[in-house]
Amino acid sequence: MATTTPTPRTARARRWTTGQVVLFLLLIGFTALFLYPLVWLVSASLKPSGQVFDNALIPHTWRFGNYVEVWDQLPLLHWIFNSVSIAFLAAALVAVSSSVVAFGFAYFRFPGRNLLFGLVLATMMLPASVTMIPTYLIWKQTGLLGTWVPLFGANLFGSGFYIFLQRQFFLGLPRELFEAARIDGASYWQLFRRIAMPLSIPSFIIVFLFEFQASWNNFQAALIYLNGGSVESFTAPLGIAYAMTKYSPTAGGHADYQYVMVAALIVTLPMLLLFSGGQRYFIEGVATAGRKG
Amino acid sequence: MPAALRARKYNRREAVAGYLFITPWIIGFLVFTLGAMIYSLAISFSHFNLATGRMRPGGLDNYRALLDDPRVAGSLRNTLFFAVLAVPLEICLALLLAILLNRVRRGAGFFRTVYYLPKMTPAVATAAVFLLLLNGNTGAINRGLRAAGIEGPQWLVDPAWVRPSIVLMALWGVSGTMVIFLAALKNVPRDLYEVAALDGAGPIRQFFAITLPMISGAVFFNVIILTIYAFQVFDQAYLLFWRDQNNVAPESSLFYAVYLFQQAFRQFNFGFAAAMAWLLFLILMVLTYLQVRIGNRYVYYEAER
Repeated sequence: MATTTPTPRTARARRWTTGQVVLFLLLIGFTALFLYPLVWLVSASLKPSGQVFDNALIPHTWRFGNYVEVWDQLPLLHWIFNSVSIAFLAAALVAVSSSVVAFGFAYFRFPGRNLLFGLVLATMMLPASVTMIPTYLIWKQTGLLGTWVPLFGANLFGSGFYIFLQRQFFLGLPRELFEAARIDGASYWQLFRRIAMPLSIPSFIIVFLFEFQASWNNFQAALIYLNGGSVESFTAPLGIAYAMTKYSPTAGGHADYQYVMVAALIVTLPMLLLFSGGQRYFIEGVATAGRKG
Repeated sequence: MPAALRARKYNRREAVAGYLFITPWIIGFLVFTLGAMIYSLAISFSHFNLATGRMRPGGLDNYRALLDDPRVAGSLRNTLFFAVLAVPLEICLALLLAILLNRVRRGAGFFRTVYYLPKMTPAVATAAVFLLLLNGNTGAINRGLRAAGIEGPQWLVDPAWVRPSIVLMALWGVSGTMVIFLAALKNVPRDLYEVAALDGAGPIRQFFAITLPMISGAVFFNVIILTIYAFQVFDQAYLLFWRDQNNVAPESSLFYAVYLFQQAFRQFNFGFAAAMAWLLFLILMVLTYLQVRIGNRYVYYEAER
């Protein structure tokens, strides 16, 4: 992994020039634009029913009761439990399986390796809609429709981008490390389990966080696999879509849209916390994706 | 691989172990990629009955039905319109932000964090918020425009403004592209700029003569990825316009992936939807091929690979 050289903190680097001030002001302007919808979300979640649509950034009437009532209004606790469980399983499975496969591609020499790895990369370009229907039918035939399995089952077999990412990491480890262990009598599995895996914790975390976020945000799969079930069996994104319809003024709801806002905020917060804790992993992961281009 | 290594015979034990390690992926590939593709292709050439699970050969019937259905062409046109509008805007905004972040001497880390937050926000939350922000009468976006003396459009109602409103949401989450550009900018050797400055090149000249060629690989990568994403845009359009089946949505909000989903999982026309998916795949392959052909003429590759 490439390391970025830190900018030397010389006196010159800290001086405010006109250019730097303009730059700084521009960046603050963009900060306002990017933050506005999120601040607005917080604000709307604290408004009483009639005022959600008034667009005041600071509520005229503060209504903290929304945060108490939402749990009675919507089965939010169920949704969060479902989403956390599915996201955790999806992330843990794909991080482990991709790691094993990536080590296979990184360390071993076997006929067809480059061709197969090319196929791994090619799967990343395949539009999901091509395999969407057959995948549904496969889960139908296994009798697992209506369970959580279709939402993370395929993660058991690794995933293109994550295999690529972890293989990059393994290629960065010195080969002598493994050769020395081989001479000491370590099996191939032990090379992976005792050396490669403990050393690859950073890339493991990147994959885990990426997949956790992807699974937590995944709306379409939940729509396909869970929409027919009870409202309690929904994931958080599907639940909020349901709430948007339930409280929609046009669909004969009571327009208590503030509950949608509270629920949306509660579902967003874990992602913001995840990012604040693992920011460097997210940035590193995205940057690695770009570097292969 | 050096010739000396290639000439050596593979170690049998090592090769077997290698295959064992990649076995999970091979199984997944055979079932969920290759198998699913063949299955999908077969469905697209059949009349599929979901209730019985029976497939009857249908020849080109589904593909002929695609041509006869004006909504296929319509949704494709909407999607193309979206992609043509969204991809260049996303590239420009992401590049602008990355350049600003790369230049600023204080607070770059803070600004990057803030700009990345929308990317972490689930699509449902984004849709729930923008549904109100984009309201033509009371929404904050039009209020802001009104303050500037511009009468904003009915974003979510006026058929002409439905697609731009989805573009706005895409732009809000542009930070992933920005991070890739930022990483590329950090790899441009500083001395190139110093030499150019000595030669009297101004900032704009430097941008076109040094920055853009040096990060052309990242531009190329982002254009390809964003195009593929743009053709599959689903969540926001579905959540804002097609979630509620009692609602009458403007036809210009019917994107290709939305119509495909409806055909597959609302009408259960699996044959028709599979044919739609293959048409999309074909379009994307041709587009990506053209982009690679054009890109290779302009992209500067470092000597390392």
